[in-house]
Amino acid sequence: MDYNAQLLMSLPELVLGAGGILLMLVAAWGGQASTRAVSLAAVAVLIGAGIALGGPASSGGEAFDGLYRADMFAAFAKALVYVAAGVSILIAPGFFQRTSGDDLRPEYPVLILFSAAGMGLMVSAGDLITLYVGLELQSLAAYVLASFMRRDARSAEAGLKYFVLGALASGILLYGISLVYGFSGTTLYAGIADAYAQGSSTGLLFGLVFVFAGLAFKISAVPFHMWTPDVYEGAPTPVTAFFASAPKVAAMAMAVRVAMEAMGPAVEQWRQIVVFAALASIILGSVAAIGQSNIKRLLAYSSIANVGFALIGLVAGSEAGVASVLFYMAVYIVMTLGSFLIVLQMRGADGQQVETIDSLAGMSRTRPGLALALAVFMFSLAGVPPFLGFFAKFAVFDAAVGAKLYLLAAVGIAASVIGAYYYLRVVKTMYFDEPAPAFEGRAGLVEGSLIFASAVVISFGMLLLPWLSGWTTAAAHSLF
Amino acid sequence: MIGITHYLVVSAILFTLGVLGIFMNRKNLIVILMAIELILLSVNLNLVAFSQALGDLVGQVFAMFVLTVAAGEAAIGLAILVIYFRGRGTIAVDDVNRMKG
Repeated sequence: MDYNAQLLMSLPELVLGAGGILLMLVAAWGGQASTRAVSLAAVAVLIGAGIALGGPASSGGEAFDGLYRADMFAAFAKALVYVAAGVSILIAPGFFQRTSGDDLRPEYPVLILFSAAGMGLMVSAGDLITLYVGLELQSLAAYVLASFMRRDARSAEAGLKYFVLGALASGILLYGISLVYGFSGTTLYAGIADAYAQGSSTGLLFGLVFVFAGLAFKISAVPFHMWTPDVYEGAPTPVTAFFASAPKVAAMAMAVRVAMEAMGPAVEQWRQIVVFAALASIILGSVAAIGQSNIKRLLAYSSIANVGFALIGLVAGSEAGVASVLFYMAVYIVMTLGSFLIVLQMRGADGQQVETIDSLAGMSRTRPGLALALAVFMFSLAGVPPFLGFFAKFAVFDAAVGAKLYLLAAVGIAASVIGAYYYLRVVKTMYFDEPAPAFEGRAGLVEGSLIFASAVVISFGMLLLPWLSGWTTAAAHSLF
Repeated sequence: MIGITHYLVVSAILFTLGVLGIFMNRKNLIVILMAIELILLSVNLNLVAFSQALGDLVGQVFAMFVLTVAAGEAAIGLAILVIYFRGRGTIAVDDVNRMKG
């Protein structure tokens, strides 16, 4: 195939990579003063990459001898990633200004760009080498982001924990990859699928288990979730918002592609692993969140539970199942980003962030608009109709029932009722408790309009359902 | 004659040592970095041995990628370790407990 045409298929990553390198030079040259310009330019680069998705990047098919896939599935996941990355850049300057007193350093948007480029490679990978390189590009940028507030002990500790456990996860995934390569003789997904179709040898089975363990680490599914609450609590809030949204979508899309394209013939083998991870994530995420007093830790456990719900769609292993995973992740990042935007507004009299759930008490009287928005996100996360979160949960359970996994769907629904308890407790604290001191400061124009937009999407998103399901179905169809 | 099995066994032992080094070590964070390196090297051994046994170059190319990324990973790990040490004045594993869990 024509080389230029192949480059055109990978245009989003080229834009992100070139833009990131260019902006890094600007940041090195301009220093602290260039932060604002670099941030805006980084958002523009993300928008440019998003526009590039409309071309051959979403319809081109295979590029570079199968190393790279440019299909609707990848384009859908990339669009979500770019939105989350853009929001994380926009909300950062105000936060750093308030908490550490000094301005945001211009490396922040650059690191987000590199991370987004890595995530694009992850979801487009058609080969285990591409997968590994993309994953590491994303992870290495993320380790630095977690410890971005260098003088804050919690941020450094979060970065350290994320680094050690992330590197361990990469190691486990790599060990699995090396076994899969050895026993199938290739790193291309198509060739690996052929090897699994001929019957799974012990080596291939071991490889599959290690690969899924590594993937579970990256999407923070139980039993590999233990880093999530600590990292989410310690990292600066805009970075936490980024971690909870973009890499989750990318890692989930990568897991779905590996499960379907590379290990599709071994569905009976990996289904047991994914069923366990899904149920354990939902139950642990719901139960462990009950005792939390820190809102960021609460949202971390909520993200563990949500990953479990999305995995139920993967267990179904059907086209409808994959579509429901994508739909769930799309709704999930809107809810999560909205919740973290509100966490950013929680600040005490000295301008510092407050993170306790108790400080939300009586917010309906002191900050009614903010309280209403958070209530919308909490109801949606709990899966209460008519909010969009309900339809996302409905889609995954519908896919599970369609694949005759009745027990899994029943246990999942029961556990989501436990989960509703802690979401609704936040609403109760805001609306029925005696008011705590009101939060200082108003939301800026950007943050305010982002909160408004996400609350509107979650509240009236059911009107968009025909389009959303059309996109997710088309995206899922490109895997089959 | 040393066959593929011997390599796989050595690599499995190295991998296990690396994982144990991360979980059993309660003293020093530098040791954890070394354990991570051990895991990546066991993977490389696997890849190169398979590549030779299969007569396929992809494994060796992959090993090159792993080596490169491992270098970057070690650099970032050490950098994070340095800012952590500046803040806390210790790199003992048991002291990494500012947050519960």
